Amino acid sequence: MDRRKFLGIAAGSAAALLVSLDPLKVLAQGGPIRIGFLSPLTGAAAASGRELVDGWNLYWQQAGTKIAGREVQVIIEDDGSTPDIALQKARRLVQQQNVHVLVGDILANTGLAVAEFVKGTGTPYFMPVVAADDLTQRKRIPNVMRMPGFSSSQMTRPLADWCLKQGYRKVATIGQDYTFGHEQTGGLVQTFTEGGGSVVGQLWHPFNTSDFSPYLGQIPGMKPDVVFAVETGADSTRLLQQWATFGLKGHIPLTTSQNTTDQSIIRNLTPAEAEGIISVAHFAEGRDDPETRSFVQSYEKAYGKLPAIFAAEGYTGGLWLADALKKINGKVEDTKLLLATVHSEVVLNSPLGKNLKMDDYGNPIFDIYIRRVTKRADGKLWNTVIATYPQVSQFWHYKPEEYMKQPPYSRTFQGIKK
Amino acid sequence: MRLLLRALLIAFFAFVIAVPFVLPMYPETLATEALILGLFAMSIDILAGVAGRVPLGHGAIFGVGAYVVAYHVTVSGGSAWIGMLLGIATSAVVAALFGALAVRTTGVYFLLLTLAEGMIVWGICYRWTSVTGAENGIRGVARPALISDPHIFYYFVLLTVMMAAFLIWRLVHSPFGQALRGISESSSRMRTLGYNVPLTLTIAFTLSGVFAGLAGILFVLLNNFVSPSNVSLDQSTQGLLMVILGGAGTLWGGFVGSAVIIVLSNLVSAYTERWSMILGLMFIVTMLFASEGLIGKAKALVGARSAGRKTV
Repeated sequence: MDRRKFLGIAAGSAAALLVSLDPLKVLAQGGPIRIGFLSPLTGAAAASGRELVDGWNLYWQQAGTKIAGREVQVIIEDDGSTPDIALQKARRLVQQQNVHVLVGDILANTGLAVAEFVKGTGTPYFMPVVAADDLTQRKRIPNVMRMPGFSSSQMTRPLADWCLKQGYRKVATIGQDYTFGHEQTGGLVQTFTEGGGSVVGQLWHPFNTSDFSPYLGQIPGMKPDVVFAVETGADSTRLLQQWATFGLKGHIPLTTSQNTTDQSIIRNLTPAEAEGIISVAHFAEGRDDPETRSFVQSYEKAYGKLPAIFAAEGYTGGLWLADALKKINGKVEDTKLLLATVHSEVVLNSPLGKNLKMDDYGNPIFDIYIRRVTKRADGKLWNTVIATYPQVSQFWHYKPEEYMKQPPYSRTFQGIKK
Repeated sequence: MRLLLRALLIAFFAFVIAVPFVLPMYPETLATEALILGLFAMSIDILAGVAGRVPLGHGAIFGVGAYVVAYHVTVSGGSAWIGMLLGIATSAVVAALFGALAVRTTGVYFLLLTLAEGMIVWGICYRWTSVTGAENGIRGVARPALISDPHIFYYFVLLTVMMAAFLIWRLVHSPFGQALRGISESSSRMRTLGYNVPLTLTIAFTLSGVFAGLAGILFVLLNNFVSPSNVSLDQSTQGLLMVILGGAGTLWGGFVGSAVIIVLSNLVSAYTERWSMILGLMFIVTMLFASEGLIGKAKALVGARSAGRKTV
């Protein structure tokens, strides 16, 4: 390459760089409503991230992208499943692309990074998935809300109550050894032991455990009435498969967190492996309800598969935000008004259930379902509802102030009542 | 040619200094990040490029600096300035330990040993919930009031990084640096010449760790947030890739590598979600056609041209 050519290329690319980095002009009110949507499209949570985006897109395809005469523009960015990239992308969306609202992220650490960033900018940030307890508890940020995400321990408490009602008194737990696993298990064992149950053993395994035999082998010796498992992704698949191949299925009742029997997992499993497993979630694709049914049908038509929880959360996130924006006539620039509206409104109907609303800490109160994996008429596995706990808050039956005095759940603090 | 190069360099430095005035907020943050990660890459280059020992655990040292500041500021409620000093000291101690254990090995063994050392730190950060916040990390690390403004923080980073870069440059061009180069070429010959090879390498490792820790500290002040991904293998490989891309042994290559990676990943990801694939392809192309790195290749090209002129 000769020098002239080199300089030409260098100058050209430098110019291209400057042009592309140039921020879009700040838009006057009346321009489009700009929403930045972050989702892991690469990395560990990529598969779930895809479904989150699909669900979100499905809502806007159905509802149209006009609110109060303003166009709704969604800019989708990959958060790479890591906090540093999530933070970088959030910065770009807010500082360069001037989005009015941020939505998204799945993994707790990515959500926490973005939350920390918007604490400084004041940008409203709505999380359809991120579950880290403290975000809407001890370390709350006013402009950060879960919509319609849940806090980790909120989800498992109704399951503990259900287990007690089945007459189970001794529980063994197995879970991924990180904060999300600790929090979900903590919610369960605290409620379970306060209701008179006891914990006969807790097993923690690292992410991506390929062989569960060292853990599953210990369980029969503990003689539990019921086992609770919190798994995500490939760990869920392997746990359920090995649970069946070791012959534990059918002998010891297995209950799980929402992700373990999520549609994204059980659509690849056989009935022998998954049928009959109990789980808890704020969404059940097999729930007999017109709103859920129509969502499931249209999702299945659009993407050729039954929706995972992430899809339902993406869809409902769109629905909830759109509802709020309609109420304030599209005045998205008025951050205070938007946040207050989101806070006070009740989403009457959604694929998740009826009457979704925020508690005082920016975390939704919704119906939580105890689900069982069953076969649909065409042979596909899905989750159907066997019990409903209406209007469950993240604080269960505790007083928020009292509850937040206890430390966050961890491997060492599980809230077990002796 | 020389004149032109000089003019280009001056123009570049003028640009670097003028960044807060000419670039909007977001690119300015990217520039800050590029400077910080450039320093991190440069610290790795002391070992990888000069001493011929490629470390794969520097992410851990980088992260330890960040964690100490974060813990000191948020949990103990101390001043960030003191936290920075503590962070550097801790990084130095960790690096000295890493070094003392690893310097007797070379090549792939050195790589694997430092990788293992890094994983230990990662494991601690990932598991020690009460101190590190585990997976969730530590957030809310506020910058001291003096440097809280993003423009001032940019200059603070620029100044710190330039001073650190100058120190590294001095170090590498000192007799000590020559000894490191000697060890890289033949450690047995250096031993017969009377050099204490393990000690020299341990010192180099520790000094390199001080700068890696400093970069980590600046990074946590930029992001106000630290999590186990900052001490992970990814962080170590990212730094190493920046060194290799820019040119190992060139010192400044680290900055070129970090700027190229940060700018490209941001530009490309705006157009396609397959951006990490494009970056991967770029690494492969660089390795195939410019294995000496971008700076190395540029030097070779310039050298070849002026050599060609002289003969004509």
